[in-house]
Amino acid sequence: MRLTMKRPQGNRDGSAGVGPGVRTLGARLVAFLVAPLLMGGLMAGCADEYPQSSISPHTDFAEIIHSLYVSIFWWSMLILAVVWLLLAWVIVKYRRKSEDEKPRQIRGHLGLEIGWTIGPALIVIAIAIPTVQAVFATQQPVSEDALEVEVVGHQFWWEFHYPEQGVTTANELWLPVDRPVNLRLESNDVIHSFWVPKLGGKRDVNPVPAVREGQDPKYNWLYFTPQETGVFMGQCAEFCGQSHALMAMRVVVESEEGFQDWVDRWFASEGAALPAGAEPDAETELQMPGEEPDVQEDEELQAVDQDEDPMVTLGRETFLNSTCVACHGVEGTSAQGVIGPNLTLFGARSTLGAGIMENNRENLVRWIIDPQGIKAAVAMPGTEYPGGNWPATGLSDGEVEAVAAYLLSLK
Amino acid sequence: MAQAAAAVDDHGHTTTGISNFKVGFWTFIASECLFFGTLISTYMVYKGRAVVGPYPAEIFDVLITTISTTVLLFSSLAMVLALHAVQLGKKKHAIMWLLAVIAMGGIFLGMEFNSYLKYIDYGLTLGSSTFGSSYYVLTGTHKVHVVLGMVWMAVLIWLIARNRIPPAKAEQVEIAGLYWHFVDIIWIVIFTLVYLIQ
Amino acid sequence: MSSVGTQTVEQQHTSHEEDTGLWSWITTVDHKRIAIMYFVTATFFFFVAGAKALAIRVQLMFPEQELITPEVYNQFFTMHGTTMIFLVAMPMAVAFFNYVVPLQIGARDVAFPRLNALSYWVFLFGGLYLNSSFIVGAAPHASWVGYATLTMPEFSPGQNTNFWLIGLSILGIASIAGGVNFITTIINMRAPGMKLMRMPLFTWMTFVTSFLLITAIPVIGVALIYLGFDRLFGTVFFQPAGGGDPVLWQHLFWIFGHPEVYILILPAFGVISDVIPTFSKKPLFGYPIVVYAGLLIGFIGWGVWSHHMFTVGLGPIADSFFVAATMIIAIPTGVKIFNWIATMWGGSLKFTTAMLFSVGLVAVFTVGGLSGIMHASAPVNLQQHDTYFVVAHFHYVIVGGAMMGLWAGLYYWFPKVRGRYLSETLGKWHFWTTMIGFNLTFFPMHFAGIFGMPRRIYTYSAELNVDIYNQLATIGAFIFALSAVIMAWNLVKSWRGGEKAPANPWGAPHLEWSIPSPPHHYNFPAIPTVQSREPLWNDGEREAILAVTMEEPETEPVMPNPSYWPILLAASITLIWALVMTGIWWVIALAILPVIYCVFKWGMEPAFPEGH
Repeated sequence: MRLTMKRPQGNRDGSAGVGPGVRTLGARLVAFLVAPLLMGGLMAGCADEYPQSSISPHTDFAEIIHSLYVSIFWWSMLILAVVWLLLAWVIVKYRRKSEDEKPRQIRGHLGLEIGWTIGPALIVIAIAIPTVQAVFATQQPVSEDALEVEVVGHQFWWEFHYPEQGVTTANELWLPVDRPVNLRLESNDVIHSFWVPKLGGKRDVNPVPAVREGQDPKYNWLYFTPQETGVFMGQCAEFCGQSHALMAMRVVVESEEGFQDWVDRWFASEGAALPAGAEPDAETELQMPGEEPDVQEDEELQAVDQDEDPMVTLGRETFLNSTCVACHGVEGTSAQGVIGPNLTLFGARSTLGAGIMENNRENLVRWIIDPQGIKAAVAMPGTEYPGGNWPATGLSDGEVEAVAAYLLSLK
Repeated sequence: MAQAAAAVDDHGHTTTGISNFKVGFWTFIASECLFFGTLISTYMVYKGRAVVGPYPAEIFDVLITTISTTVLLFSSLAMVLALHAVQLGKKKHAIMWLLAVIAMGGIFLGMEFNSYLKYIDYGLTLGSSTFGSSYYVLTGTHKVHVVLGMVWMAVLIWLIARNRIPPAKAEQVEIAGLYWHFVDIIWIVIFTLVYLIQ
Repeated sequence: MSSVGTQTVEQQHTSHEEDTGLWSWITTVDHKRIAIMYFVTATFFFFVAGAKALAIRVQLMFPEQELITPEVYNQFFTMHGTTMIFLVAMPMAVAFFNYVVPLQIGARDVAFPRLNALSYWVFLFGGLYLNSSFIVGAAPHASWVGYATLTMPEFSPGQNTNFWLIGLSILGIASIAGGVNFITTIINMRAPGMKLMRMPLFTWMTFVTSFLLITAIPVIGVALIYLGFDRLFGTVFFQPAGGGDPVLWQHLFWIFGHPEVYILILPAFGVISDVIPTFSKKPLFGYPIVVYAGLLIGFIGWGVWSHHMFTVGLGPIADSFFVAATMIIAIPTGVKIFNWIATMWGGSLKFTTAMLFSVGLVAVFTVGGLSGIMHASAPVNLQQHDTYFVVAHFHYVIVGGAMMGLWAGLYYWFPKVRGRYLSETLGKWHFWTTMIGFNLTFFPMHFAGIFGMPRRIYTYSAELNVDIYNQLATIGAFIFALSAVIMAWNLVKSWRGGEKAPANPWGAPHLEWSIPSPPHHYNFPAIPTVQSREPLWNDGEREAILAVTMEEPETEPVMPNPSYWPILLAASITLIWALVMTGIWWVIALAILPVIYCVFKWGMEPAFPEGH
């Protein structure tokens, strides 16, 4: 396969970019050699070098974990030092000098043995107490003004619902800074795990067992408050099938205004907006393969800017009349599919294919033509082969170009 | 396997004075305890979590199951008497009691099988709910154990009839008895947890 | 292989000759021959699984490579893990149980020699069955933990997962039979005077491990039955739509899986607890404490399984419980390490290859233990779980612990098995290439994980900036592979041409060194009486024992008959399990007939020659 993963370089505030200085082998070796020191917690400062580092906390949640980690790390180093020094000492000191040596036959020493039982026990207690405190501290639902987001894991992409805002998006989670977030985690198929290291630990995204009427299904939650704006990388951390390696995501932490602006744009970017919070009626909107969608082009096209690139206009028309809309939705259009990623504001995303390559025209065209060639076992059909339960889209190269232009215009 | 152990035993002396075969069999029973323990735990974990009916309270007939349980309990008594007869060298008695064990095992299986048919009529199948899955796999595994026990008894009868189990080799019957009692006890646990405490 | 017999002949009366042909190996019930077959088979699988590891390392050497497809990659890492654990580490430990335990306790064989042979053949056939999945292009691909719902038919259609679940079920039979056998052997077949608290540590750890086997394997057995029923007969144990909870699989798997970790590590602890005193010329420091620590590890090992599941969302109370239990288990492990060091303290240390591997284990395993403490802390685990940090951790524990211990045992007991030493020169090459290759492979993985590289990914983004760690790991993996080749070469070379070894080449204290190297096929001409923990180190006791063990017997001890029923029964058991794949109940029911037939014939066959 010919996947070249182009990364978004320094999206928005540049935090997802890779520092250029560490590309040479020599520099990397140095980085490797000093890494043991960095593990001790000196790392927190230089964030960009390792965009998915688990020791570079940017939320309260990650902070708690990190300080716990640092303390356990040093306890471990202490024990390691003691064991290795003792070992080195006996290896050097008690090496056999002559075969006739008759060492004193000592069978044990109660005091010593009690000592090295109690010593480690005390260290273990010193580790266990803050651990249990942290366990409880990190699993408390936060305040009522928290932003709730429903995260749905799919093979192999992420879906995000904002029930309060009525917004649905995919693979790029937008969050306001300094506001507590409650993520409700649920899987649509197999077990995934939501992990954005700089924002905190991972939590499994489980398929939720069906329950009898009147009982509450049990969801997993993640609670944290982002403390800095920026773009943070994450990826699925529970083996979920063929393209598990290609199930990444970005979390965009914006200022409160920036976030609100994003929500507004989500409704306004394409045509007449539905009122906030309104749910499209899935039954009437979901198109079956091969079935012509209910075209409402006329109204929609009228709502569109007259100066628009004709390519985009053509692309919109093609998209809305293709089987694409059976799975994909674009807010404000007749495309209301809910099976695949929602494509509203698609052009504003930095990455494509669940965070695996830069979102540009060239990659997008390649993706629409041959998604399974880029990412094994995705459910999306290509132009010439079926995918999931859906037939090939049958789009011509020209149509693909137009659709790509249209999708990238959604900003 | 029966003879292998006996032969090793003949060879002598073990550290504990208990034959290898018996120690080994107890070990195996320990292993079986974990096996059934897991099956029973699963049933308990899924208890009350079935999404659709039929639910246990709707279909279990405690009376019928009590009768079948009693039959199985009495088969243990027959087993004890069979062993006693073998130890005394009373061949005919031994065969008679072992036949009784098989017969009572058969009655138990028949009654249980009948209950299965009834439950299936109610719509409880392997795939209908977690209750169906965990109930059938748990009790089904137990029934497989009962069947194996009955086959074992049949082999013993054949051996006794051919004078291959003199009183000195009564341990072969004793071990089979251990197995049979174990299968009974497991059923009592299942009966209590599955049928009585709903 | 058959040359073992001929070698033995030199030291025996011709009347004591043991058959040496291929048929004699197929029908053998001799624990020593079974041990050799276990070892050879496990070493073979070690190379098979190692080759997959190299493929994985090559694929990961650079970011965003596409040398192998994701599907093949997933099959490789799944089978690498499954093979290394079930077909290498476990059976290699069982090889040592088989060879050493009867000799250490003064027995002529295990309690159930034919059952022992059955265990081996079932293991062999199960292993071959599992690997035959590659031939039909349907190797297991859902990782060695096989989490539902990825293993459900919707997400894993085809036979891949069936091969996995059936293969593991078959291997489970071998393990339970082995566990029963060794428990009975150790309880019941000790020489006079060999009290429990006089048993060598290796025998002790075999005992504890055997209990873990018979108790842990049934749990995964049930889980595999559920999985098989879900896949083949439509039950809903792990089907969320039917109310089933995929997390149940994880509980069952790890209730087995954590004791399994101790099944892997305790034999190695046993080995080095015998090796270190021998080469320190000092008895084990705090023998009772080391025994109790082993028992405690085995026991508490049952209450820590959910530390593999901190990310699952069990809630703070459950998390805290398992944090506490896991922390507690660190204490007896630490105690063992300090006791080994104390054994060496004030001793007269001779650094043979066996001793090097033992000391290496103490040094390297400590690293794995400490990283274990890190992710025993549930919140920290949320960052480290399912990353390369964990991959580094468990390789430090299983390779740095279990495998290094077994290699120590290999160099230690090989002279007993063969009557020849393994080459110490090659042994030292083996040790140092292992240490360098192993550490270079796995130490950098800590950093890859810390910097955000998840495990079980067939490729990773260049942006993560973890290539250097992956490159070092790949280089290390090839050095490590070289060490395995050196070991194999040493085995082959020394088997024929190694320097001759006497009965007790190392001046070791235990009973296995009181008999000729290699031993008679009946082990002990007569059973000696033991009076202490280190019988061969005590003047008087040693002479009394050697007077018994080095003599020719007046009449040859009667040994069990060879039998071909173990291999036939093993074949029929494998067949019936393999037919489960069809999912047709009457095919499976019919296939039980050969099993019943073999069991019956087995039961009717006299275990010992007529008249005994």
